[in-house]
Amino acid sequence: MLSKAKLWLSLAFGTLLMWSAGAHAAWELNMPRGVTQISRETYDLHMTIFWWMIAIGVVVFGVLFWSIINHRKSKGAKPATFHESTKVEIVWTLVPFLILIAMAIPATRVLTAAYDASESELDVQIIGYQWRWEYRYMDDDPNAEEVSFFSSLATSREEISNSIDKGENYLLEVDNPLVIPSNTKVRFLMTAADVLHAWWVPEFAIKKDTIPGFINESWVIVEEPGIYRGQCAELCGMEHGFMPIEVHVLEPADFEAWYAEQQQQALQVAELTNAALSMDEAMAEGAEIYSRNCVACHQANGQGMPPAFPALAGSAKATGDIGVTMDTLVNGVPGTAMAAYGRQLNPIELASIITYVRNAFGNQSGDMVQPAEVNEFIVGGQ
Amino acid sequence: MASESSHSVYYVPEQTKYPFFASIGLFFMVFGLGSVLNDVSAGDSVAVSTWIALAGFLLLSFIIFQWFATVIRENHAGLNNDQLKRSYVWGMAWFIFSEVMFFAAFFGALFYIRTLAVPWLGGEGEKGLAGEVLWPEFQAAWPLVVNPDPTLFTNPHEGLNVKEWSVSFFAGYLPFWNTVILITSSVTLHYAHVALKAENRKRLLQWMFVTVALGILFLALQALEYVEAYGHYGITLDSGIYGSTFFLLTGFHGFHVTLGTFILIVMLLRCLKGHFKPNDHFGFEAAAWYWHFVDVVWVGLFIFVYLL
Amino acid sequence: MSSAAIDHAHDHDHHHGPAKGISRWLFTTNHKDIGTLYLWFSFAMFLLGGTFALVIRAELFQPGLQFVEPNFFNQMTTMHGLVMVFGAVMPAFVGLANWMIPLMIGAPDMALPRMNNWSFWILPFAFTLMVSTLFMEGGGPNFGWTFYAPLSTTYAPDSVTYFIFAVHIMGASSIMGAINVIATILNMRAPGMTLMKMPLFVWTWLITAYLLIAVMPVLAGVVTMMLFDIHFGTSFFNAAGGGDPVLFQHLFWFFGHPEVYIMILPAFGIVSAIIPTFARKRLFGYDSMVYATASIAFLSFIVWAHHMFTVGMPLAGQLFFMYATMLIAVPTGVKVFNWVATMFRGAMTFETPMLFAIAFVVLFTIGGFTGVMLAITPADFQYHDTYFVVAHFHYVLVPGAVFSLMAAAYYWLPKWTGYMYDETLGKLHFWMSFVGVNLLFFPQHFLGLAGMPRRIPDYALQFANFNWISSVGAFLFGFSQLILLLVVIKCIRGGKKATAQVWEGAQGLEWTVPSPAPYHTFETPPDPSLIKAQ
Ligand code: HEA
Ligand code: HEA
Ligand code: HEC
Ligand code: CUA
Ligand SMILES: [Cu+2]
Repeated sequence: MLSKAKLWLSLAFGTLLMWSAGAHAAWELNMPRGVTQISRETYDLHMTIFWWMIAIGVVVFGVLFWSIINHRKSKGAKPATFHESTKVEIVWTLVPFLILIAMAIPATRVLTAAYDASESELDVQIIGYQWRWEYRYMDDDPNAEEVSFFSSLATSREEISNSIDKGENYLLEVDNPLVIPSNTKVRFLMTAADVLHAWWVPEFAIKKDTIPGFINESWVIVEEPGIYRGQCAELCGMEHGFMPIEVHVLEPADFEAWYAEQQQQALQVAELTNAALSMDEAMAEGAEIYSRNCVACHQANGQGMPPAFPALAGSAKATGDIGVTMDTLVNGVPGTAMAAYGRQLNPIELASIITYVRNAFGNQSGDMVQPAEVNEFIVGGQ
Repeated sequence: MASESSHSVYYVPEQTKYPFFASIGLFFMVFGLGSVLNDVSAGDSVAVSTWIALAGFLLLSFIIFQWFATVIRENHAGLNNDQLKRSYVWGMAWFIFSEVMFFAAFFGALFYIRTLAVPWLGGEGEKGLAGEVLWPEFQAAWPLVVNPDPTLFTNPHEGLNVKEWSVSFFAGYLPFWNTVILITSSVTLHYAHVALKAENRKRLLQWMFVTVALGILFLALQALEYVEAYGHYGITLDSGIYGSTFFLLTGFHGFHVTLGTFILIVMLLRCLKGHFKPNDHFGFEAAAWYWHFVDVVWVGLFIFVYLL
Repeated sequence: MSSAAIDHAHDHDHHHGPAKGISRWLFTTNHKDIGTLYLWFSFAMFLLGGTFALVIRAELFQPGLQFVEPNFFNQMTTMHGLVMVFGAVMPAFVGLANWMIPLMIGAPDMALPRMNNWSFWILPFAFTLMVSTLFMEGGGPNFGWTFYAPLSTTYAPDSVTYFIFAVHIMGASSIMGAINVIATILNMRAPGMTLMKMPLFVWTWLITAYLLIAVMPVLAGVVTMMLFDIHFGTSFFNAAGGGDPVLFQHLFWFFGHPEVYIMILPAFGIVSAIIPTFARKRLFGYDSMVYATASIAFLSFIVWAHHMFTVGMPLAGQLFFMYATMLIAVPTGVKVFNWVATMFRGAMTFETPMLFAIAFVVLFTIGGFTGVMLAITPADFQYHDTYFVVAHFHYVLVPGAVFSLMAAAYYWLPKWTGYMYDETLGKLHFWMSFVGVNLLFFPQHFLGLAGMPRRIPDYALQFANFNWISSVGAFLFGFSQLILLLVVIKCIRGGKKATAQVWEGAQGLEWTVPSPAPYHTFETPPDPSLIKAQ
């Protein structure tokens, strides 16, 4: 019996030690060291406390198992009668206390450093939505074209439902990644539009809740350009497991170029909003948007999951007055899971998706709405 | 009969039907109540739910009444020894402690809101970034009469707090008079207790009557204040956090006063029936403790909700 | 009842045994009956909560969505947590308290027997209400057992209203139960049973009951605020009206953290009874055990925000809660060292209760170690809301609290039924549970460190292997529990007759009454010479 216990423990600890051998990814055992000063300090702190725990465990379990092996009645052990010893008790109160102090000192240091978000060179506002992220670059120049976009899961529903093979970055890939420069102090101002979410990228050692109505700060200086992935880490409803984070870290010069291009595109959207959209374009773009944003609730066939999520096929709001469809999409249905897409999608996309729901799933209304009209609705409605 | 020696037999009651049926009553009461609320939110008819809730409530009340009656009868029959009486004392004391903690939750919420959340939303303090970035228009203040987002939570017109520290102001300040009334009622109740112990039946009844009257007066004034708050001041449950904290704190207090008054009325009736003896009247004492507790909570309320 | 009937009852009450049929259970005022009811109820809830867990583990067996919709998955997670915490573990300890406290302190019954019945009978109704929400339109609660606002308010399914009321009445049940325990311990001890002679199980329950009365009302308060936010337009948890979602968390965890000690202190008491028995040696330091328990209880009130290190509290708050949390390791260490010192140079035998108790000491301590790691704030930024946390709390709860309950069941079964249980089956149960539980939860540490968030129905491919192992462990552990059911049923139906003492090294009043313990015990106080210091 005892040998079984030992075997099991050594097995457990054996696996525990495997990480140093750099095991295969699917057997990943430990926290990543990460790519920032803070993440490495966090990792070191983690390892320090880990070894302390192992050391304490070895001592405590050592005495315990030694007693179990040697002081058993079947081996003829006679119970001792010793009892209470103030000396021993003081020692086993003080020693843990000192160990804790030894751990608290580096912990305090790392925490204080992590909290110092001052003197940032770039500010990005991160907003959590059910179930996507919005990134807004806060330009110092108020007249600059605003760069902001939504970032949603890019993994296809077919992969999730096991109809096709899963890709390498299954559930960890997005359509529009956050892009930041390397070796630059980037400050994140985090908030949420609906419920709590948490923005977490393990390699930055940042995990912060995004709270509607409040701002949480956090910052990074990423040393190595590359792609870093993370996930929402606060239960935020049905699709909580499906709102990943992808960060592309570029060399500062590349970042500048990227940023300028984004500003350019933002300008273009403004222009295109005034251009006419054809039915075919709208339906194609709409189908795309639908599969990215709407299927989770309304399902691929537009049948929804009543009663929680209504069917769009044949729905009064999707087939009746077009103004109502527009209002539903732009402003959402307050107090329900139906979010306001007025800000999440640009007018061209909105026009496409509105047109799409009115003409897909057998909703043959045949009519369509133009980006300019949607824009007018948004501007006028607010 | 059973309490001569200090280790006389502890009265362990026979089987009892009360708790099981009380649970059924409780179940239907809360199930009905939940359904009423959901029906209202869904815009459905509340008729059925209301009946369920009411039936549950009546069953529960009926049983509680019977239950207490049985306990009283047992006491009169001399089944309760001193030890059992001490159990009741401990029971009541710890029950009041649980009530203290219930109010502590609401006071805690008030302190948190006032010293941390509202200032942060108003751009002050360590997390004032929230105000700067998200609520640039919003100013922290208490009483909070301009909400961060007035389109979602209609602003009240003004707060109910003390506006100036002058005799003339307090003379016309209803919460102040309510404080006076409640403290007085605690004193009168104490006199009633003294009279009970002195076996002065007339005094006892007089003081009890006065106490109950003061309780009812308090409730009436509180109701008046609510009418004022809703009508004149525009402070409602949905007028933002000031109204939320105000109504939940004073509301639960008012609910406890209502309950306390009801208990005192029962005690008054029991006094009339001559239930209490100078050395054996824990029912009365428990009611008194409860009343004093409710009084203390009010003093806390008066200080933190109205004065400061 | 007329007073004649009362007199009649009084004359006969103490002389007859249990009533016949179902009414014995519905209307009983006997602490042993009520204890039995609690224990069976909690076992049923354990199977129910475990079944929910198996749904979770089945879905997580492989990446991709297999069996359930994400929304239903969340309902399973939520219900699993709620049912296990409030339905299985807490009532099980109350059941033991009912059975054992009067026996241990030489009292004829609990102090307030009728209220005792009520505390129990509220529970089946509360859980009927709670679990029935799963079948309601829009589904049951899907916001986690911690039900953070605004997911549980503005964005909740309609059934949240029933959930709130279920919590209310369940809380009332807990408070009444706790009042009863305190009144019993403070008022019903036999002459000679001074506070410092009480068995540690009684001590730990006294302190647990105090924690319950202090924090259940706060839980009631916070769900009440939710109710008002949902139905009456208040804005406690809504910044637009001047409230704060984080306020919810402060209130919840002010309840929630002491709650986790509510689930472990009685376990400490059980283990402190079992280890000296099977080591045939006095507990090393009784006094320090009592003080350590009290210290843990005190500290448990000032550490709550360690569950909220990522909400962005000001730095001073983070530091305070980190230090306070770390401090809990000191009194808990005192307990662990005491158990080890008790075993040291004892004369041990390893019957099933002892096996579970030793496993408790080892595995709970491992859970405690990860707890200390979580307390280190900057490191918690990485651990928080990952499977590392899931691994931590299951280690303290399953091979912690639940193993202590198993140990207690085996330890006292002979006293309850009058028969010895089947030791072979007991050992089998232990070893299957031991292997199963480690297979189930140990790999979750790795999952968490490698970055798997909790409360997700599907995961990235690098987490596949350990999830697979964990799920296998879950089914192994889960089905092993049916052995316990078998053992208990067998033991009730017969077996080797148990003596009064049952275990060679057992100390305490409960071992002075015959096995099975008569329906009424200690109607007259026990002989004071039987009461010895621990
Ligand atoms: C029985 C229940 C139980 C118990 C006893 C504990 C015990 C402890 N817990 Fe745990 N905890 C939970 C149940 C429990 N916990 C649950 C349910 C959650 C998650 C809730 C949720 O989010 O759903 C949680 C989450 C949780 C968190 C939040 C994690 C997060 O969400 O990010 C933290 C952080 O500090 C924490 C810390 C601790 C600590 C320090 C202890 C300490 O009490 C442990 C002390 C014990 C020891 C340390 C071992 C023995 C000591 C020695 C041998 C002495 C020498 C040791 C040293 C010097 C270190 N716990
Ligand atoms: C005391 C409390 C307790 C106990 C005992 C357990 C026991 C178990 N828990 Fe835990 N768990 C929690 C408390 C507990 N849990 C809490 C508080 C959470 C957090 C919830 C949240 O995030 O909100 C959680 C979350 C949680 C998760 C994370 C879910 C998520 O984040 O999405 C997982 C996943 O593996 C899990 C698994 C298990 C398993 C496999 C068991 C096993 O030990 C269970 C074993 C028992 C059985 C399997 C029963 C046996 C049943 C049968 C054999 C069937 C017989 C059937 C009939 C007779 C009908 N639990
Ligand atoms: C999080 C889930 C969710 C997502 C994602 C979602 N919806 Fe909805 N939608 C709902 C819910 C819930 C309602 C019902 C609201 C109500 O109660 O009136 C709804 C209602 C609607 C309606 C009105 C249907 C009716 O008859 O009431 C339309 C049209 C609609 N959604 C279109 C969309 C489109 C287009 C998208 C994607 C851009 C989308 N929805 C994304 C949840 C969602
Ligand atoms: Cu967003 Cu979880
Ligand atoms: Cu905790």
